[in-house]
Amino acid sequence: MKAINEAENISSRIRKDRVFLGLVVFFSVITVSPIILIISKLIEKGYKQLSFGFLVEKTPDTMEAMTAIANNELIPGGIVNGILGTLLMVAMAAVIAIPIAIITGVYLYENQGKWLANITRNVSDILQGVPSIVLGLISYLWVVKYVTNGFSALAGSVSLAIMMLPMIVRSTEETLKMIPQTLKEAGLALGIPYWRVLTGILIPTGFSGLMTGILLAVSRVIGETAPLMLTALGSRAINMNISKPTSAIPLLIWEFYNDPNMVDMIWSSSLLLMIIVLAFNLTAKQFAANRK
Amino acid sequence: MNSDKITKIVLFSVSFIILIVAGGIVFSLVGGAIPSFKTFGFGFITSSHWDPTDGRENYGALPFIAGTLITSFAALVISFPLSFATSLFLGEYYRNTRVAKILGTMVDLLAGIPSIVYGLWGFYILRPFLIGIGFENQGFGVLTSSIVLAIMIIPYATSLSNEIISMVPNDLKEAAYSLGSTRYEVIRYVTVPAARSGIFAGYILAFGRALGETMAVTMLIGNSNIIPDGLFSTGNTMASVIANQFGEADGLKLSSLIFIGLLLFVITGIVNSIGKLIIRKMN
Repeated sequence: MKAINEAENISSRIRKDRVFLGLVVFFSVITVSPIILIISKLIEKGYKQLSFGFLVEKTPDTMEAMTAIANNELIPGGIVNGILGTLLMVAMAAVIAIPIAIITGVYLYENQGKWLANITRNVSDILQGVPSIVLGLISYLWVVKYVTNGFSALAGSVSLAIMMLPMIVRSTEETLKMIPQTLKEAGLALGIPYWRVLTGILIPTGFSGLMTGILLAVSRVIGETAPLMLTALGSRAINMNISKPTSAIPLLIWEFYNDPNMVDMIWSSSLLLMIIVLAFNLTAKQFAANRK
Repeated sequence: MNSDKITKIVLFSVSFIILIVAGGIVFSLVGGAIPSFKTFGFGFITSSHWDPTDGRENYGALPFIAGTLITSFAALVISFPLSFATSLFLGEYYRNTRVAKILGTMVDLLAGIPSIVYGLWGFYILRPFLIGIGFENQGFGVLTSSIVLAIMIIPYATSLSNEIISMVPNDLKEAAYSLGSTRYEVIRYVTVPAARSGIFAGYILAFGRALGETMAVTMLIGNSNIIPDGLFSTGNTMASVIANQFGEADGLKLSSLIFIGLLLFVITGIVNSIGKLIIRKMN
């Protein structure tokens, strides 16, 4: 307490205290203002274009967009190719990542303190810090070059799956750690086989925790653009063939951003993307709240 | 073989996949970078000459390494007062109140906004604003990117330090109160020193986040292959140069971009490991 000057009188100390609180509140409000600014901007500029057609029609080409702008109309068409592409790639990534990640999480939980488990945990943590664009490069080197021999939905999924893996591994282990040991021991004491204890007791008990982790991981990769630029490339057509270039909502936003005629569509597409991401986010929060 | 043993083997072998993936990433990045490394050697890291013209191809990564470090560091500096205040708000002043819950949810949502949406916001809202107040001429460059990066890393910097701050034992704080301290003095002389290493680790992890951010930076930094000479200069980061130049890349250029990817992988790996190490030391 050396720094509190004895000569400093009480009123100036109280004033300092008040000013500090004011600063904390001020900066906290500044911190969260971008989320309001961003979402309100998306709604303000994007809602006009959001219609049923926007969800079920394909992306128009530049000429159509030019004509519409010249006639002072809304750009026709929608982004169904991006919506379906996102759905395809994220679903495939989830199918690849979820089983591996949950089993790895269980393994880490069951082998606390063992050296191989520690290494696996550290490697998983490092993987979580790898920038997504590097994972795009990797999927390009692995899938685009050797598996599909060209840009493809599969390559996009692989990069997203590698992103999801460490997130779900971590959330799985953290969830299982919170389940009382006695539950597992009771199962084992009843003579239930080990695998049934894991699949019948541990996983159902931690279900909402696991779901929270999975949904958050999904909401994180839905908005990813950079790795898809290097792997899925994008497409103006609807493509459900996993070995062909495929579009995604964030990829379309990037294309619109780079095409002066299409720029009007970035807001509605971003608004839709935000709605999807937030829906996953809030559902995840709901699962987390149910647990408590 | 009994079922318990099979279960253990399944757990073990499936979790081995993550080690294989990580090993494969290192292997492929190194393998892809070899042609570039053979041509330029370590000069790749120290050279600032990036020229893809056929016949006199020359690649050096220094501008991008510099651009990455400068933007990320500036972002950290800008985000510090914001996230520090927010973690005090959440972990100290309004802990466990309704208003903190709302604020906390909003901070979490910041982490959920896709990078490309941040980029659009930076381009169409922040950039004109910076030009409008006479801060910038063109609106592209290190400053604009760093401001957006700063907002993007706030949730990462805040979540850890807010947790650590709220874990500071009440006994300590109450002891200081009983000596007649004001709340500000308690925070300054008790809470923050006790939570110091956790707060520090949070900022390191946030810094690691900023290093690898791609889309928002790509849209805002101006994409020039020079070493930024100030906050208003344009530049390129390691991530943004990969995103920008990958499309037309093959041969030596592709290898050089993979080399940059490898460097980015190594740098973020080191930064994150330091953060994790500090956290482990604390426990």
